Amino acid sequence: MIEFHLDGRSGVAPYMQLIQQVRQALRLGLLREGDRLPTIKDVVAKVAINPNTVLKAYRELEYEGLVTARPGVGTFVARTLNEEAGAVEPLRVELRAWLRRAQAAGLDPESIEALFATTFRIQLQESA
Amino acid sequence: MTEVVLQADGLTKRYGRRVALADCTLDIPPGRVVGLVGPNGAGKTTLLQLAVGMLTPTAGRITVLGGRPGDGPAQLAKVGFVAQDAPTYANLSVKDHLRFGARTNPSWDQALADARIAELGLDPSQKAGRLSGGQRAQLALTMAVAKRPELLILDEPVASLDPIARREFMRGLMAHTAEHRSSVILSSHLVSDLERVCDYVIVLTDSRVRVAGDIDELMGSHYRLTGARRDAADLPAGAEAIEHSHTERQSTFIVRSLVPVEDPSLTVEQLTLEDLVLAYLSRSVAAHRPELETAR
Repeated sequence: MIEFHLDGRSGVAPYMQLIQQVRQALRLGLLREGDRLPTIKDVVAKVAINPNTVLKAYRELEYEGLVTARPGVGTFVARTLNEEAGAVEPLRVELRAWLRRAQAAGLDPESIEALFATTFRIQLQESA
Repeated sequence: MTEVVLQADGLTKRYGRRVALADCTLDIPPGRVVGLVGPNGAGKTTLLQLAVGMLTPTAGRITVLGGRPGDGPAQLAKVGFVAQDAPTYANLSVKDHLRFGARTNPSWDQALADARIAELGLDPSQKAGRLSGGQRAQLALTMAVAKRPELLILDEPVASLDPIARREFMRGLMAHTAEHRSSVILSSHLVSDLERVCDYVIVLTDSRVRVAGDIDELMGSHYRLTGARRDAADLPAGAEAIEHSHTERQSTFIVRSLVPVEDPSLTVEQLTLEDLVLAYLSRSVAAHRPELETAR
């Protein structure tokens, strides 16, 4: 079972934060196929958010095929997000090599983050 | 279930010459958690008291769950109300409060009341006067939800509570809403109290409704635009300026636009709910007291 939290200052809509936390838990293997997600009542009683926000997040996850809702029973994880796990490790090695070069070139952490974020955005725009 | 939770048409309340609520028109769909936000003295309490029937309109019409507010026992049973500062009887125990609730409400759910009191860890024999502010608020909420209302109305429920008690209160309120599918209207002068829990917002200032609607729709139709200095008249078609400020070279607008703003000479940003509410609040201030605009 995972526990949700909300970052009030992130600028990301609350329902999207819940979705991202489920996806992240799936990637990290904290959630596996067949696991039950907390009920809507449990989530709102813990995080103090609108029930419709949780419902919206769960519906979206269902639409993506990541979870299945069984009425009266609960919402269950339908598949994991680990398929690309084989690709992740080599990419991480390359990224770390790149980060070492950035540090060696004298960039401070903030500059590295900014460089990554802006390049990533441009890349996304161009490939869209 | 009723189609509309609260409908107001030209709703107006005057005390002598003073206008407390002017020409208020609303259409609130069911199943929402509605945040009524505005500064102190804006007319929030007046609107809520009209909705529960504690006040009668000077002009206009208000319908709550299809009936006239306060019109007979059936109407009263449908609406739960927690007045400002969560009034309780200091000399009565928690148990006495529940007994009083059971006697005065035909739809009283004793099991729900008992379960809530146990969950909160309140001692039933404790006098209400000896409870903390947060516990008193929870007791008042318990009294209101145990009558199993279709609509719960709360006037500034967390204003006097510390941050932990606030969070606890909202958790309890949301858990109830999730379980019983009731509609909720709660007021606050702080957007931060409402941001997480509400999906519908009404902004009220100077006795008038400035904007009302589903938060997702409002968030999706308001933007902050920045760019080289220009007049509001030169904004892209369909964009209505809610707020604008200018320096010698730059202009910043908060606009409402039902279509995405696509103007390469403008930087378009999403707003937070707080930005959006503040834009409507300061617009009414600017309209009434133009000399204050620069001071803000």
